[in-house]
Amino acid sequence: MTNAHPSPTGAQIEHGQNTPPSLAVSGLAYSYPDGHQALHGVDLIIERGERVALLGPNGAGKTTLVMHLNGILAGGLGEVRVAGLAVDPGDRSVLQEIRRRVGIVFQDPDDQLFMPTVGEDVAFGPANLGLRGTELQQRVAEALDLVGMAEYSDRPPHHLSFGQRRRVAVATVLSMRPEILVLDEPSSNLDPASRDELAQVLMSLDVTILMVTHDLLYALEVCPRSMVMAEGTIVADGPTRGLLRDEEFMARHRLALPRGIRLDE
Amino acid sequence: MHRHTPVHLLPAEVKIVALVLFVFAVIATPVQQVWAFGVLAALIVAVAARAQLPAAVVIPRMVVEVPFLVFAALMPLTGPDPVVAVGPLDLSVPGLWAAWGIVAKGTIGVLGGIVLAATTSSRDLLMGLRNLRVPPLMVQIASFMLRYLHVVSDEMARMRVARASRGFQETGVRAWPVLAQSAGATIIRTYERGERVHLAMLARGFTGTMPVLDDLRATGAQWLIGLALPAAGLMTCLSAWMVQA
Repeated sequence: MTNAHPSPTGAQIEHGQNTPPSLAVSGLAYSYPDGHQALHGVDLIIERGERVALLGPNGAGKTTLVMHLNGILAGGLGEVRVAGLAVDPGDRSVLQEIRRRVGIVFQDPDDQLFMPTVGEDVAFGPANLGLRGTELQQRVAEALDLVGMAEYSDRPPHHLSFGQRRRVAVATVLSMRPEILVLDEPSSNLDPASRDELAQVLMSLDVTILMVTHDLLYALEVCPRSMVMAEGTIVADGPTRGLLRDEEFMARHRLALPRGIRLDE
Repeated sequence: MHRHTPVHLLPAEVKIVALVLFVFAVIATPVQQVWAFGVLAALIVAVAARAQLPAAVVIPRMVVEVPFLVFAALMPLTGPDPVVAVGPLDLSVPGLWAAWGIVAKGTIGVLGGIVLAATTSSRDLLMGLRNLRVPPLMVQIASFMLRYLHVVSDEMARMRVARASRGFQETGVRAWPVLAQSAGATIIRTYERGERVHLAMLARGFTGTMPVLDDLRATGAQWLIGLALPAAGLMTCLSAWMVQA
């Protein structure tokens, strides 16, 4: 099944004969109740271990797509599979497993961090999965360690810097050991140092990543492969550098690099 | 500020129950037995001292009591006969006793509240309320309120800067419509944030009940230590009634 969809980047990804892709979306279409159609048939495959950027201007349908990945939005046409398991919003236990597999990091860490302390927030997801006691503590410690925030477990989130809060937000989903990490505009509002710290953290993780962004240089830094979304469909899919070098195509989709910046060969 | 005295280390639910019982004992003490209030005040001051609370922390916080003191000061002027002449004023004797009661009981109660607040983190207070079987929904609402108080007040501060930067002056009645609109915008933003937070909770498998993460309960020994204060208060109260009778 996986072999039918070789990675477009040609990245060396090890998968056994039967490892399903982390994410497989086919024919996904969706209209909001007000009639606005946001997705017009989205098809994409992301293999295990890939880091992929989803680029697109505002209003391209990126957020609507993300909301379908864990069943928050549903009811249109098409299918979403996460590591082989189809998203079925009607089945509570399937939905719970899907939400474990898909870790969404929202744009504003203040939306994501709602518990009194960092540690409790990181514990929220695995606790919803039924973990308790030392096993839960281990998960929390492990996730905070991965993002370099181990010593902040007892702090209230509002005492942290914005960059630290964003890294804790990543930890809150890592603690669920997700199949795929979905980040919504991870570089927004970060100063250059925090931006770099987050990139290092993301590249060190052993997890599939889908990064939704219009920060082209961040996509280039973190993700070998990119997809361009426009008007509810995927219009391009390939190595990030190659896509960004097609200036005319990118400009047509409101994704031109800043003036004066050129990519080397 | 956070120390590790025995008062700090007592579980929050013990402190809450101890304070409520102690305040009941204070309220039930007859106002005519002035000495009893000396004993009660000494008890709560002793707890504050055991918690190593500096006076510089405690006294400014007592300002919350001022409106009650003002009210108390009016009672001797408006109370019923008999009256006693103090300088140019005719003061009501029952009014004076009532005022004394408010000042004494209020001050001791406020002091107790300050000791509780200064020795218990807001998070522990919430845990204590939960352990005391306060409905979970109320504890959750209070917990979200605590978490987002800073976020909302930061937003309001930014809006104020944005208004001032465009030459707006917050004076006079003509400023009210603008302030009302800002308040409305804050409510809508808060509501939208609530929706986003809920979304983020759903995305991490929230199914309607908050997971209980640490289920620490107070031990019998801790209850004994904590209840020593209201027990002493109750003894004082009963002694006062016996002297009174």
